[in-house]
Amino acid sequence: MSTRKLLAPQPNPETDAFWDGLGEGVLRIKTCESCGQPHYYPRHICPHCGSEKTRWLESAGCGEIYSLSVMRRGEGAPFAVAYVTLDEGPALMTNLVADDLDTLAIGQRVRLAPQASDADTVGDGPSLPFFTPSGD
Amino acid sequence: MSLRNAACIAGAFEHPTRLAPDMTTPQLHAECAAGALADAGLSLSDVDGYFCATDAPGFGPISMIDYLGLTVRHTDSTEMGGCTYIQHVAHAAQAIATGKCSVALITLAGRPRSEAVQRFRPGAPESAFEQWVGLTNHTSYGMCAARHMHEFGTTSEQLAWIKVAASHHAQHNPHAMLPKVVTVEDVVNSPTIADPLHRLDCCVTTDGGGALVVVSPEIARTLNRPVISLLGAGEATKGPSGGLALDLTTSAAAQSGPRAFEEAGVTPADIKYASIYDSFTITVLLQLEDLGFCAKGEGGKFVADGNLISGSGKLPFNTDGGGLCNNHPMFRGGITKVIEAVRQLRGEAAPAVQVPNCDLAVATGIGGSLGARHGAATIILERQS
Repeated sequence: MSTRKLLAPQPNPETDAFWDGLGEGVLRIKTCESCGQPHYYPRHICPHCGSEKTRWLESAGCGEIYSLSVMRRGEGAPFAVAYVTLDEGPALMTNLVADDLDTLAIGQRVRLAPQASDADTVGDGPSLPFFTPSGD
Repeated sequence: MSLRNAACIAGAFEHPTRLAPDMTTPQLHAECAAGALADAGLSLSDVDGYFCATDAPGFGPISMIDYLGLTVRHTDSTEMGGCTYIQHVAHAAQAIATGKCSVALITLAGRPRSEAVQRFRPGAPESAFEQWVGLTNHTSYGMCAARHMHEFGTTSEQLAWIKVAASHHAQHNPHAMLPKVVTVEDVVNSPTIADPLHRLDCCVTTDGGGALVVVSPEIARTLNRPVISLLGAGEATKGPSGGLALDLTTSAAAQSGPRAFEEAGVTPADIKYASIYDSFTITVLLQLEDLGFCAKGEGGKFVADGNLISGSGKLPFNTDGGGLCNNHPMFRGGITKVIEAVRQLRGEAAPAVQVPNCDLAVATGIGGSLGARHGAATIILERQS
C-alpha cells in the first residue's frame, strides 16, 4: 500500500451523501431526472442539461480500466492513477490497488475497493473510491 | 467581425535566464516587458493595454500595471494555463479591433526553480474527488499516452522522435536548458517517470519569462520591423463533462485549431513552421493530429524519422528547442511558442534552423491538465510582404 498521504476530502453540502455512502461501502453517483443521464463527480446541477432535478444513484461499483499511468518517482511511488469507466456510464479518476501494478491493463475489469484517507490530524478520514481488479 | 489582419505582433522577447535566484518575479516581468518593447521600437508610455495571467504576482494586472508604471485603458487577465499567452494575442487583437487599445503588452514570468510557487487556486469543485489521486502532470499526460498507444499502436520510440527533433534544434540555441542532441535510445532508456513517459519525454522546468507587444496594423506599419499579422485564432476547453465524454486521445486543439485555420483561410498544408506546445512529447502528438497535420491515430508515424526537424523534415517545429529542451518558464510554454514563431516569420531564428521563406506559421498550445480538464489556443500568423 502506498505510503503517501491521502488527502482527506473536505465535506460540503453538495457532496456529503457521496462520502457518507462510501463510508458504508456504497458508491453513489448522480443521475438526472430531466435528461436521464448519469454523471460523476456529483453536482447539484446536471452538467449535461442544467437541470436541478438530480438524484443519487447507487452504482454497482464495477467497471473497466479506460487508461492508467503508474507513477514511478516521488513520495509513495509506485502507485497507479487511472480512469475507470463504470458500468453505469460515467468515468471516474481513481487509484488502482493491486499486488503487482505491472499486471494492470486498459480494458481490465475492476471493482470498488474503498480506502481510508488520512485525516487532517490523526487517524482515518473519509473513505476514498479506490478500485482493484475483480478477476471477471 | 473577423480577427483576420486585425492586429500585428510588433515585439517579442524571451528572457535569457533559466535560473534566477537573485531576481524577483515582478522584476522578471519588467525585464521581459522592456525587452519586447525595445524589440518593437516602442516604450512603456506607448502601452495602452496590458495582459497578464496568474503567474503575475499580487492582484494581477492591478499590481503589475502600477509596478511597471503603465497607464492603460484596457486590461485582460484571462487564465487558461500554459497556453494563456497564445490566447492573449487573440484577445489583444479583439481589443485592438474594437478600439479598446492600440498597443497591448503581454507578460509572463516566474521562478519555479528558485521559490515555491502556487500553481492552483484552492476550492476547485473536482478537488475532493481528485486531490487524493496523486494526479501530477506526469500521470495525467501518461494516461493520455497510454490510451493513444492502446487505441492506435503508438510506440515510445515514435514519441521519442519528438524529443529528438527538439534537441536537434536546441543545439543551436545558446540559451537552451538542454542543448545536447539526444537519440531515440537516449529517450526510451531514460528513467520512467509515469508510464509510459520517460524523463526525456518531459519538458524542462525553468525560471524566466517572456513578453509580446501586439499593435494595430496602422502602428505596425510605422515601426521599423517586419509586419507579422494575426490571420486567425481559435480557443476551446475540454473536460470529462460528468464522466460521459472522457476521451484522452483528442485534445481541445481539435476545436481551437480548425477555428483558427477557418478564420485565417489557410490549411495545415500551407503552414511553413509550427510552434506546438510541448509540455510532454504526447502533447505534441495529439495537437499535430488535432490540428489536421495528419489523421487521428497517425501522429506516431508522422513524427518518426525526424519529420519535425528543420531542414530535413516536412514540418519544422519548435526550432528554439521548445519546452522539451529550451525553456518552459513558470511551467508555461505558451509565450515561447509565439516568440519562436515570430522569429521564424522575421527570418531571425538561429541560421541552422531558420525555415527558408517562412511566411506562414501556427502557434498552438494546451493549458491545464490534458488528462483531466484543459484549454487550447491556436493562432495563425503571417509575414506581410
